[in-house]
This record gives sequence, structure tokens and C-alpha cells, in this order.
Amino acid sequence: MESHVSDKTRTWLGVVSIPIIIYTLIPILWILSLSLKSTATLADGKFIPHEISWDNYRLILTGDARGLFLPALANSVVVCLVATFISVVLAMFAAYAIARLEFPGKKLILTTALAVSIFPVISLVTPLYNLWRTIHLFDTQIGLIIPYLSLTLPLAIWTLAAFFKQIPWEMEQAAQVDGATAWQAFRKVIVPLASPGVFTTAIITFFTAWNDFVFAISLTSERARTVPAALAFFTGASQFQQPTGAIAAAAVIVTIPVVILVLLFQRRIVSGLTSGAVKG
Amino acid sequence: MAKIELKNIVKTYGDGFPAVNDISLDIADGEFMILVGPSGCGKSTLLRMVVGLEDITSGEMLIDGKRVNELAPRDRHLSMVFQNYALYPHLTVFENIAFPLRLAKGKHSEEDIRKRVNTASSMLELDEHLERKPANLSGGQRQRVAMGRAIVREADAFLFDEPLSNLDAKLRGQMRTEIARMQRRLGTTTLYVTHDQTEAMTLGDRVAVLKKGLLQQCASPRELYEQPVNLFVAGFIGSPPMNFLPARVDGSTLKLPFCDVPVSGELAQKVQGAEIVIVGVRPEYFKDASLDGSKGVDFTAVVDVTEWLGNEQYAYIPFEADAAVKAKLDELDRDLDGEGMRTQMVVNLDARSRIREGEEARLTFDPATMHVFDPNSGDCLTRDEAKAAAIAEESEADRKRALERVREREAAEVG
Repeated sequence: MESHVSDKTRTWLGVVSIPIIIYTLIPILWILSLSLKSTATLADGKFIPHEISWDNYRLILTGDARGLFLPALANSVVVCLVATFISVVLAMFAAYAIARLEFPGKKLILTTALAVSIFPVISLVTPLYNLWRTIHLFDTQIGLIIPYLSLTLPLAIWTLAAFFKQIPWEMEQAAQVDGATAWQAFRKVIVPLASPGVFTTAIITFFTAWNDFVFAISLTSERARTVPAALAFFTGASQFQQPTGAIAAAAVIVTIPVVILVLLFQRRIVSGLTSGAVKG
Repeated sequence: MAKIELKNIVKTYGDGFPAVNDISLDIADGEFMILVGPSGCGKSTLLRMVVGLEDITSGEMLIDGKRVNELAPRDRHLSMVFQNYALYPHLTVFENIAFPLRLAKGKHSEEDIRKRVNTASSMLELDEHLERKPANLSGGQRQRVAMGRAIVREADAFLFDEPLSNLDAKLRGQMRTEIARMQRRLGTTTLYVTHDQTEAMTLGDRVAVLKKGLLQQCASPRELYEQPVNLFVAGFIGSPPMNFLPARVDGSTLKLPFCDVPVSGELAQKVQGAEIVIVGVRPEYFKDASLDGSKGVDFTAVVDVTEWLGNEQYAYIPFEADAAVKAKLDELDRDLDGEGMRTQMVVNLDARSRIREGEEARLTFDPATMHVFDPNSGDCLTRDEAKAAAIAEESEADRKRALERVREREAAEVG
């Protein structure tokens, strides 16, 4: 995108953004630094590790904590990917209907979705725990996917509906005149045009599920536990030792896929794909 | 190739407002039909009903004698160019044009598609842009891609929805001739919506003039120009528009603001009993009396402003409209999307004329060229049905000859 900002404004924006960048980066770098410190130097108060030690990574990937971390990582990946996929597909259909069709109860659906998304999660956990135990969904991957869906769907529907509304009606009408069925017009014209929206939604959905702690700790035990929950069960070498280093290392590892994901899709998200569709 | 028949088509919206009211039109095979009218006259709605994007409230639509009211757009075999082009931004120019062919699964081989797209693109001079995306094209190029997408499928008819309104004036002129050339060459039935009377006059075999959802007149451009049925058509067709002057009837004389015109014969009978009529004279029928001599009725008037354009010049002469017809003329002005400006007469003079602003000018016109309208109904009292029929016959013969030539050329190319 071409920016039309003057040089002076640009300089100012740069100056202002530096403290923000530092503010957001320091915790991440700190965790990275912690994960590279040996147990003895953990509390030395130095930002840059005295000497780099891979002990923490060894511990969680091949050592004692392996049994706890690796299954959790696998659970996280499966649960989040499945939840994201289902959520995006469902949201796509729902958002398309909301953007294009006039039907009674449309407002109601949108407000309900919004209400659900601002509902405090913690108040749902206890009844859900009891319910899941009764119907045997406790400590299963599905038992996590379902709450994640209801958590992410409202946001996904709202984002996608906004994207669909931006696409001019004429696109579908042109496709229909060209000989497309409603489904073909949706698949071949609307979905590609909305792909920045779809990717944005997918990433937001994935993050929400990936970072969730409350559901993960309450609705799982051994088998379906995801990484954020698993981190709480790390133990040190002895009961007098804090597992700080191991937790830091695990945190770094779970951050990596997120960073990769954002870098991969960043271009698709920002590209204004609809430009050139119509006059202008 | 198809003939499109509209029978008593009505479109009513939820609030009961009839956007299109009882319109019947026959569009012959290979004919270039224009729907024209000021904004909100229902012309686009009518087009969208033909293509199937709007439901038809009542009436019947036939394509080649087959009722299509209930058919989905894709089953009507029509192609359409949208006002804002509606190109697919994620596809290249080639894929945009090939899109309709790819949708017809199994009908076209890859090679066939390539051949057809290339034919269309070379016709529209898009060859060097085939791999580009619509976002990187200029307005005129996008317009041509939209046309390419429409012609590649060899649809039964082309529909255009104000295709040139987004282009600048110069490009609009070029594309107008391009569309005319393409239609003649392909000989495909075409329905074209515009609000621009120049496009309507230059492109159409026949022009249907609409006002507030009602069909006013459907005729060849020449007939509309020379034999309009009512005030609205007379005022809409022609640029600068026809002058409407109030005239008091006094026996067999019409008293115009600047002069008296004697009437006789049939017209005298028609205006008898009426107190006041509206006289319409086209700007070009006024002449500079000092240059051309008398044409029948002479008068002098003070010219307010002149505009010299090189090949011609316009002179503007303000006048006070008679209170009895002021309301009618104002209403007409509103119907024509006017601004309710002062009543003035426009005179299109020879460029050699030495009439300058502020001067008293001697002008003349032939009373046979004037139209007389009933101020209440708006009907034209001077319309000559016999002449109108003759003009219609001539233009129909012209059109058939043009189509014949296309067929002959095609046959020659094939043979």
C-alpha cells in the first residue's frame, strides 16, 4: 500500500513506535534469555545469559519433562487446527448469509454472537466441567474443540461478514450471468476475494485456541492436555527448585509456530485484493 | 442470435412503487435496442429483469418465443457488461475472459478456450495485457476486458448497463464507436441502457424512451428526433434540447413570446378552443435572417450570451414564460433532471453569423419545423403518423441491409 504520509509525520511515527516495540519485545526476549540460562544462573538478574545452556530444551524435549510436554504439544496442534478449520468454514457460510441475504432474525444472530463473545469464560467452566464429565467428553480433544468453537465463532463471523460486505454485489451477479451457480459464484469468486479476511480470521481463531488456559486446565486431565495447561505441571529437579527454565523453554517453543504463521500470512492479510474489481 | 419479447412487464417493489410499469417491447434478432431515460426511470431495473437478476412482478418475457421468467440468469444464455465492469480481480485478463467458458464444464477444450479468448482479445486489442491483473489496467482497458468476457461465450444477446458512464469524455467517444463496430460485426441482439441521449442516438437501431417506469416512445433515433409523440420525448432527445415556448391561441394565429405564427389546415383545427399551447422548435431550425434570408417567420430578439464553438455558435435568449404554462414547463424540466434554471431560448447559429451578445438579432424560422404540444396532456399535435411510419420503415430497411452485409461477409469468410 502506498502511504501518503509526509516525511515529518513518518519520523514522528518512528520515534513514537520505538518505545512500543521495546515494551512489547522485552518480555519475549526475557523469556528467551531465561530459557537459555542454566539453573544456577537463573536468578542472577542479568538480561544476557552468562553462558548459553541448552539444558532446559534438552529437559523438555528429551529429558524427564518429555512425557509431559510432547503429548501436550501434539494435543495443542491437533485441537487448534481442527477448531480453526471448523470455525472458519462455519463462519464463512454464516457470514456470507449475513452479508448477502435478508432473513428474519439476522440482527438477533449478530447480537447473540456478540453477547457470547463477551461472556466471561470463567463462569462457564464449572457447569461445563460437570456436563462434560456426565457425557464423557471430559479429557478428550473434542471436549476442547467444542468450547473453542463457541469462543471463536462470534469473532470469526463478525470479521468475515465485514469482509463479505466489502465485495460488490456485482461480482456474484456477473458470475451468475457468466453461467455460474450460486455455489460456483461463491467458491470461484467470493472466497478468493475474501481470502485476506479468511486468513485473518483463521489466525485470530488459531491464536485464541492456542493461548487458551482456562478451558485447557479445567476440561482436561492427562490425555487431552494442551501446552498452556501442561506448563503448570512442570516440576523442578527437586521440590525446592522452581521449573522456571523449563517453562521458559516450552514457552519459546510454542511461540515459534505462531510467529511462523504470522510471517507466512502477513502478505495475504495486508494485500488489498479487491482493488481493481470495479472502477476506481 | 435471438429475439427478445417483453410483454406487459411490471416490477413492483415492497413498498408498492412500480419501478417498471407495463412495458412491452419487441427486440428483433440482431437489433441494437437502447433503453434511455433520466435517472430513476426504471431502465436499469428493466435490463436486470431481462438478464434475470431481478424478479419480474408480472408480465411475460420471451427469448426466441420461450418463456424465461422463471429461469436463473445462467440458463438464459445472455451476457452482460456492468456499469462498474465487475471484473474478477484475482484472475488475469485471460482468465477473466475465459471465465464463462471454464464454467461451461466439458464443453470447451483447453485449446478451444485459448483460441476463443485470443479471438476476443485481438478484436478488442487486449493481446499484450492478457497476463495482467485488472488492478493494473486503465479504465478503458477494464471496460474492454468486460466486453471481452461478454462476447467470448457467443451468447444469444448482449446486455449493457451504462457501460461508458465511468469513462472520461474522449474515451467514451472512442468506446462508443468500438461498441457500435463490434455489434455490427457480430450481428448480435443487443440491449443497451444509458441516460445519455447522444449514446442513444448514435448507437441504437431503435431507442425506447422511459419516464418514471413508463414507456414513452420506442422508435428509430430519426423518428424520435423528427416525430416525437410528446413533450418529454421532444425535450429529452436532442442536444442542446428543444426550445419550448408558450403560445397563446388567437383564432388561427399562435402568439409566441417574440413573434406571431399563422397556422392553417389540420393544426388550426386541433388548436381551436385551446387557450394556450406549447410550441417546440429545435435550436438548429432558427437561422440568422441577415445571413440566410427569411424562412417564413421573422422576429427580433435581444441575445443575452453567445458561445462560439468554431463549427457553430449558440445564442441564448431569455424570455418570461407565460404563467399558465410555467408550472408545466417546470415539471418537464424536473422530469428531465433539469436544474430549474431561467426560461431561455437556445439558438444554434451558423459560425459565420455576426450576432454578438447584447445585440438585437434578426432571426427567422420555418413554421413547418415547429412542434405544437397540448400543455395538459403533453401530446404532440403536429406528429405526422404517415411520415413517422415512413421513417420507421426506412430505418428498419437500413438495419436489415446492415445485418445482411454482416451475414454475407461471414459467409464469404467461412467459404
